[in-house]
Amino acid sequence: MDKNFKQQLMGYLLGNFSCKEIAELVTDYLEGSFSLSQRLRFQMHLGLCLACRNYLHQMKYTVATLHQLPSEAVPAHVKEELMKRFRTWKHEQSLPNPSSDSQL
Amino acid sequence: MSFLVWSWPSNLLFALGVPTLQETMQLDEAGLVRALQRGDERVFAAAMDLYSGSLLRLAMSFVPSRAVAEEVVQETWMGVLEGIGRFEGRSSFKTWLFRILTNRAKTRGTRERRYEPFGLSGTDSEGDDGPSLEDSLFVTEGSGKGHWADPPQGWEPDTPERALLSKECRMAIETAINALPDTQRQVITLRDVEGVSAEEVCNILSISETNQRVLLHRARTKVRGVLDPYVRGGNT
Repeated sequence: MDKNFKQQLMGYLLGNFSCKEIAELVTDYLEGSFSLSQRLRFQMHLGLCLACRNYLHQMKYTVATLHQLPSEAVPAHVKEELMKRFRTWKHEQSLPNPSSDSQL
Repeated sequence: MSFLVWSWPSNLLFALGVPTLQETMQLDEAGLVRALQRGDERVFAAAMDLYSGSLLRLAMSFVPSRAVAEEVVQETWMGVLEGIGRFEGRSSFKTWLFRILTNRAKTRGTRERRYEPFGLSGTDSEGDDGPSLEDSLFVTEGSGKGHWADPPQGWEPDTPERALLSKECRMAIETAINALPDTQRQVITLRDVEGVSAEEVCNILSISETNQRVLLHRARTKVRGVLDPYVRGGNT
């Protein structure tokens, strides 16, 4: 079989995407921003390329890992200060409204 | 006929005034807002415990120090109290919190000369040019051009749990996030750490959908690169 033809056929089967292009487009794919034809070409490449499938899964696991990161610890003094401010706010809320008084 | 039979229990529950799971979840947020509007101290304390860690993480991406970020979180909660009476539930409560924080943090960040709006800063509008991965990771010549030079390995399905069990790996992820340019850090924090939708992130940060995607891709690519040596071959 002619070498050029083989390369063309392989390129076609890989969706005419190189692995480098797949790596750069993986977020677009996950975000669902592709047209139907782009999506099909992308999936054709994934179907034949284990390395790119691995890369896609690695990106998904990265997202899942980030989503499970523990929250930042908020120091107790920040919370205490906030509770003080909350009580002041609540106290002010319970005071009679000066504008409504003046209407009386 | 079977539909009618199966629909009986839910109809009965509805008639008895028992809310469905979905209604309960909606009621929870609506209930939280109503309690805050009433000035319920216990609910305020619980909401503060629940959301302040997320707020602090996002605040740190806008301002230069943790101390200033803590002040921004306090200002955010004061903003919540000022605005809770007008909260109409057009977005989720959490998204509303992030929006208040972002506005306050931008003001503080500008004052502290850290944050600059998009388009004004060379360092903050990063991400629009060049590939996110180095060329050296791919074959550059011959018939294999553009293919992986060192093909990515499979990660185990329990990667997230294993990665976060390792303190060293967790620190490496945190360091990688902190080292990101500000806008990438803000996008990945909101999208991937906090799970906010793309549309809401665009709204909160006032960026376009395309820009959001580019920033997210570059940020994810960097964090993936940091994670890889820790989880490759099942090691953590």
